[in-house]
Amino acid sequence: MKNKDSYTHVRGESLFVDDINVREGTLHAVVFDSSVAHAKIVNTDYSAAEALPGVVKILTYQDIPGQNQIGAIIQDEPLFAEDEVHFQGQPIALIIAETLAIAKKAVKLIKITFDELPVVTTAKEAFDKALFINPARTFKIGNNEDAFDNCKYVFEGETYTNGQEHLYLETQGAYAYPLENGNIKLLSSTQGPTSVQKIAARVLGLAMHKIEVEVIRLGGGFGGKEDQATAWATMAALGVAVLDKPVKLILERHDDMRMTGKRHPYESFFKIGLNEDLKIMAFEVDYLQNSGAAADLSPAIAERTLFHGTNSYFVPNAKLTVHSCKTNLPPNTAFRGFGGPQGMFVIEAAIEMAAEKLNIPAYKIQEANLLQDYDEFPYGQIAKNVEIKNSWNQLKKEIDFENKLKEIEDYNNQNDSTKLGYSFMPVTFGISFTNTMMNHARALVHVYHDGSVGVSTGAVEMGQSVNTKLLQIAAMKFGISSSKVKIETTNTTRVANTSPTAASATTDLNGKALMMACDAIQDRLEVVASRILKVDKESIFFKDNFVYIKDKKSSLSWDKLILEAFVRRVSLSETAHYSTPKIHFDKTKEKGHPFAYHVYGTAFTVVKLDCLRGIYDVESVDIVHDFGKSMNIGIDIGQVEGALVQGIGWMTMEEIAYDNKGRLLSNSLSTYKVPDIFSAPKNINVKAMETNGHYMAILKSKAVGEPPLMYGIGTYFALQNAIKAFNPQSKLKFNAPMTPEKVLLSLYE
Amino acid sequence: MIEFILNDRIVKTEAKSGMTLLQFIREIEGLKGTKSGCKEGDCGACTVLSGILQYDDTVKYSSITSCLTPLANVDKRHIVTVEGLNLTDELNVSQYAIKEHYGTQCGFCTPGFVVSLTGYSLDTKVDAKAINHLSGNICRCTGYKSIEKAANTVEELVKDKSIQGDINKLIEQRFIPEYFKGIPEKLKSLKSNWSEKGDQLVAGGTDLYVRFANELAEVNIKRHIDSVNTKINLENDILTIGAAATGTDIMENNQFNKHFPYLQDHLKLISSRQIRNMGTIAGNFVNASPIGDMSIFFLALGSKLTIIDERNNEREIWLKDFFKDYKSFDLKKGEIIKNISFRLPNAQSKFNFEKVSKRTHLDIASVNSAMLIDVEKDEIKNINISIGGVAAIPKYLFNTKKYLLNKKISKENIINAQDIMQSEISPISDIRGTEKYKRLLARQLFYAHFIKIFPDRFSLKDLIEN
Repeated sequence: MKNKDSYTHVRGESLFVDDINVREGTLHAVVFDSSVAHAKIVNTDYSAAEALPGVVKILTYQDIPGQNQIGAIIQDEPLFAEDEVHFQGQPIALIIAETLAIAKKAVKLIKITFDELPVVTTAKEAFDKALFINPARTFKIGNNEDAFDNCKYVFEGETYTNGQEHLYLETQGAYAYPLENGNIKLLSSTQGPTSVQKIAARVLGLAMHKIEVEVIRLGGGFGGKEDQATAWATMAALGVAVLDKPVKLILERHDDMRMTGKRHPYESFFKIGLNEDLKIMAFEVDYLQNSGAAADLSPAIAERTLFHGTNSYFVPNAKLTVHSCKTNLPPNTAFRGFGGPQGMFVIEAAIEMAAEKLNIPAYKIQEANLLQDYDEFPYGQIAKNVEIKNSWNQLKKEIDFENKLKEIEDYNNQNDSTKLGYSFMPVTFGISFTNTMMNHARALVHVYHDGSVGVSTGAVEMGQSVNTKLLQIAAMKFGISSSKVKIETTNTTRVANTSPTAASATTDLNGKALMMACDAIQDRLEVVASRILKVDKESIFFKDNFVYIKDKKSSLSWDKLILEAFVRRVSLSETAHYSTPKIHFDKTKEKGHPFAYHVYGTAFTVVKLDCLRGIYDVESVDIVHDFGKSMNIGIDIGQVEGALVQGIGWMTMEEIAYDNKGRLLSNSLSTYKVPDIFSAPKNINVKAMETNGHYMAILKSKAVGEPPLMYGIGTYFALQNAIKAFNPQSKLKFNAPMTPEKVLLSLYE
Repeated sequence: MIEFILNDRIVKTEAKSGMTLLQFIREIEGLKGTKSGCKEGDCGACTVLSGILQYDDTVKYSSITSCLTPLANVDKRHIVTVEGLNLTDELNVSQYAIKEHYGTQCGFCTPGFVVSLTGYSLDTKVDAKAINHLSGNICRCTGYKSIEKAANTVEELVKDKSIQGDINKLIEQRFIPEYFKGIPEKLKSLKSNWSEKGDQLVAGGTDLYVRFANELAEVNIKRHIDSVNTKINLENDILTIGAAATGTDIMENNQFNKHFPYLQDHLKLISSRQIRNMGTIAGNFVNASPIGDMSIFFLALGSKLTIIDERNNEREIWLKDFFKDYKSFDLKKGEIIKNISFRLPNAQSKFNFEKVSKRTHLDIASVNSAMLIDVEKDEIKNINISIGGVAAIPKYLFNTKKYLLNKKISKENIINAQDIMQSEISPISDIRGTEKYKRLLARQLFYAHFIKIFPDRFSLKDLIEN
């Protein structure tokens, strides 16, 4: 089944927040933000802006009836700055005007004076000054000190991975309007409707039930709208609370890029120890996470860095420590992979360095250390049903590795000005929110008495096709055509207290809840059907819009059965609650079993380098991926390809630049480049492994949103490999992204 | 009053002519299928088709980004949004192909892709590649392979049935809706009675609207095209290009293609399909960016500008003398560029254009360079070299030329010339690269000209081992 929204998407008929017809009297808002990264606010003068005809109100922290506090994990972030600003782009006020054009003009009339304070932009600098978001955390296994002493080879190094702008094509935005009795309806482009509801209620000083949050769909999220959609929705709601008028706030692209956080840059310092047969015996890392000016989701992201610090390898002795460093950048936030990619890059770099020093190809070290069943992760979980070696071996077969390697070597011997490079990238990614309490979901199913079905869950559709999969589940469970099922908007009044759509786990969680709700309704319907058809309940099945008695179609149609059930006063609605069993994690010991299961896969990347110009193409990426029993392979392959290209972008051309005053230089699409159709790999070949899936995955179809992003890391090392083929003298660099500039300088150093 | 056809109906509006087409479509017409993604022509979510009536009563369609298009520029045109491509109860061929190949995920960029892909099928240039029409559309979800498959499917269908650019056949094959048939007649019926002209002169808008869309939305503007033309004329070996000619006009011109065999490869590196359909050559000159691709291209051709003032007095100036300092050039108040001309290179002359940017397509160069060289019996008879991104202006390499002129074309001379080039340039570190990188890249691109033009004589190895 194709993405269920395809039809309206391609016709331009799908609605996003900015497309909804606004109500009469709707006002438009623009955010006034700090132009400096760290300062005391000496004076603000709104008089000229307020005097502009059409300006209705300028809201500041002084207009907030509740708390001026939007921090989710740690309460350290105001909605509007009060006396100090901590990053360029920090909101100070909201201009509300009759038209957007007037609001935009008014912003320029605001006069503000700052008393500037020292600006910290890098994690290292914050670390040296002991500026932290929260205390450091360490995962430990074995005994690193002794292990390093016993290693034959020990290497140390450092790595840097830059941040990444989400660049969801739809910018952040919200539309809020008043209902009766001071209630507010909020249409938000958010991955976390409950977060928006909770924070808006906190800021407005209202009970949560006074705020209804609705999400139709997102024009891309990628983590950027998990926590950071909240501020804008809250501002719009505040406008409604103060003015009792509808308020629309959609960020312009430049404002969005400047004001919102991104993937965290990491500076990391590693030490790796190997024994003679290339086994990694000890591994130690200090990860310096550039968290930005407030916590946002940084502590959780830091935690996942630790969970994935050893990637797909068994490391018996490891000590991984992460420091969330407080800087004067916008609070960095969730981005597909959630700290995992940054962690994996470090161990891959360490392996690359060891391989170079030992004068062997990196894949030999990778291959020698792949996880096996019953290996222990540094966080205490025992690996089971491990597929990493299988994916590695199958991939080698798929690409005919020995011949491929020879082809590459031959090519490089025959060509002076272009070189090929290759790499393997194994990925092992844990599925579940690492915060155990978030692993739950609910579904609300209504069967209307004409036989049509409405499904509500807490899942947010953002292109990943969760709604398509939910539709498949409901249609399959009831044995009815998919046209009979409608997936409703995500709304906090229908499904409450939801976890955000994140952690790749949304279809698992909401899908399981949906299955439970369908089961309960089905159970009641079976009773009705068995009475009508006068057969055992156990022999009743639903298929092809009819009731079947065992494998024989009866005359009782689904629609007729539903009407009969309705007439007999049987409930045709159900809400169900699912919480992931078995998972637990003890933060005091940093041990437990946090993941329902892991997703595995391996990528083989070949790049071609133009050694004259320092530019390159990704020739091919071959992937063998563990989808489990994919419930929709077309959609799942789309997730793999999309994540891969996003990962390649992070590793190659996507370069975020701040000046030393903390001002964003890569602040537009002309200065921040994401992959276009010509920079995608020439060939992406995704093969599904034959695996059994996992019972905690929805219909044994494993989560797929985030893991494939990390295949993109392979492109970095393939480029490094190609550079070496041209210039063996070039020094290994672990400084992503590998831009054409870095490539050319390496080719000729 | 501005009059144009929006999808299947005539629109007459008193809106300010400086307002963007995007704002008009979404806010005034309420057509929400066209999305606003970046407002600087860099994402393609707002792509629409713009059709212009030709002398033979056909309509020539090209894709444009509506975020950078002033209403003034759509007067008497046929503008097609995604809604205007919808068939009644089924998907058109491009839409169906995107759906079938899983080419849509979040859906926000999708209408832009649908419009661009349909733009391909309407393209009258039959050797076109469908994927080249998607050069200005960014998707953040799919990784593009699914979209590429959809584009290939559409291309195959178009080629199999030989229907590219044939409105009747495209309607028959469900690429576009029925109403396209009546558009030429409708366009002819439009009367041009637009009189309120403002002060600000706007050509393609691809630069001005990135910076001043909000301000321009509130005023009437003056159209560049009312003062100059888009014609490309050959007379006595001099090729003259009207100031309003676009990148696409040049790419589709027979003379250019005849004399510059690599023209398509070279100009493909300049912005995107949409922007090349809009941006004018004169606009690129007066933007005066030190990295302007067209400036670099035409500098190496030894081009001359004709400039006119309000009283139609003409003067001429060499392009290499036009640029004075950073963003400053030789144009007095009231003057505009009328055309640019150059003598066609002789048969043995060779031309090459190089550009390196962070992303190969739709990006601003770190360094770009062009070279025209005429070698006779091993001696350099004429040479022009230009280089961008390494000085305050698009740089014409006077000293390097002086050194190489009448010298033997040899490895040694090229390497020496490279040293001279380095003394002529003065790159600075910025978002496009560090000084060190730009100097190295300048060397590489300088060598690239010789390696590409004389592949049998020079190789990378020869030139850099010294």
